[in-house]
Amino acid sequence: MADLIVEIKDLVRTYGRHSALDKVNFTLERGIVLGLVGQNGAGKTTLIKHILGLLRAESGEVRVFGVDPVADPQGVLSRIGYLSEEGDLPLWMKVEELIRYSAAFYPGWDPKYAETLQKQFGLSSDSKLGSLSKGQRARAGLLVALAFKPDLLLLDEPSSGLDPVVRKDILSAVIRTIADEGRTVLFSSHLLAEVEQVSDRVVMIEDGRIVLDDELANIKESYFRIDLRFGTSQPVAPNLEGSLHWDGVGKDWTVIWSGDPEALTPSLTKLDGRIVAKRGVSLDEIFVAYAGGASKP
Amino acid sequence: MRLFISPTDGIPIYMQIVQQIRRLVASGELEAGEELPSIRSLADTLVINPNTVARAYRDLETAGVVTSSRGLGTFVAATDQSTAHSERRSLLSRKLSDLLVESNQMGIPFKEVQEMLIESYEAFQLSQNSEVNRG
Repeated sequence: MADLIVEIKDLVRTYGRHSALDKVNFTLERGIVLGLVGQNGAGKTTLIKHILGLLRAESGEVRVFGVDPVADPQGVLSRIGYLSEEGDLPLWMKVEELIRYSAAFYPGWDPKYAETLQKQFGLSSDSKLGSLSKGQRARAGLLVALAFKPDLLLLDEPSSGLDPVVRKDILSAVIRTIADEGRTVLFSSHLLAEVEQVSDRVVMIEDGRIVLDDELANIKESYFRIDLRFGTSQPVAPNLEGSLHWDGVGKDWTVIWSGDPEALTPSLTKLDGRIVAKRGVSLDEIFVAYAGGASKP
Repeated sequence: MRLFISPTDGIPIYMQIVQQIRRLVASGELEAGEELPSIRSLADTLVINPNTVARAYRDLETAGVVTSSRGLGTFVAATDQSTAHSERRSLLSRKLSDLLVESNQMGIPFKEVQEMLIESYEAFQLSQNSEVNRG
């Protein structure tokens, strides 16, 4: 289908006995920002490497722009603007050399836009990439990823270890990309506040499996943090269906709950408990509820 | 138009925009006919997804708070006095229900809340008067 930028079916990847991706199904529609979140080692980068065609599917299927990225790396990579935590830049080059080299590689290179970005980012032409600060190097990588106006902007942990000013440049780049009709962003990060700020959809990956895949607004409207008070002290977290994560001691417990909070009432009445307060949750709290593991009954 | 967005708040960002614009309109800070920033420029300013701004504007349009015409922009819709008043009432009623939930949690009976409200009102009037006198 023309509207699917990425389409992954039953993708499996194992490293030795460890299953890095376990029958992952995943699609990315055109024109949205998708935030990919998960703990280190959960499988985010492995998934991204399959999209870039750097890894061949052990089993299952990967399609990017409708083609297999391993079979047509040139065709796929020339349409993806990629920025990773490491940056992967040739450190011996000067900024102007990087720009010249990239302009020759990408057919869609926009020299005017590259110039604007270079000015905006304060990158001087004769600076060696190797001598730039981490933040400036990230900006140089961002310039290359953006200036050919890629159909897909793919950012793999782009903000790691960067200061807030550079991080804001990266987020602004995401927004400018998506504001141009028909372009798409896949953004992996462990800074969940950033993911919440810009994503249309969030995919959470845990131990090689997708545990959550929904529109961010839906997620926000269907998860709650509920403070409870019980009539008697509870030695362990109560076992209630729909509960994701418990915190508390004695009579006071807090639960991260997915679904209609009203559904809690019958089981609470049995335990002589009541709802003290209820509020929405941040992605951070949902993440901890899925990944934290602790305090599960 | 000044909006404050908190991405980590439990409320979805589009809803935060909708609520804040409704409030600005109800309070008269945004007047009928006034133009809202374009989707793109609001997204740029707030560093949020333009799709999110578009959804908020769509919701506001459905609710009759704004009107938009392609190419021209998005404008605050004209509301009659009674709609504006009922909108203000509904904003206030949300705060009142928060107050009631909290007083209930603290075990303060409603009668006492009523008394406190009257006391607060009297103190508020005094401070208003002294300001007028000073001015």
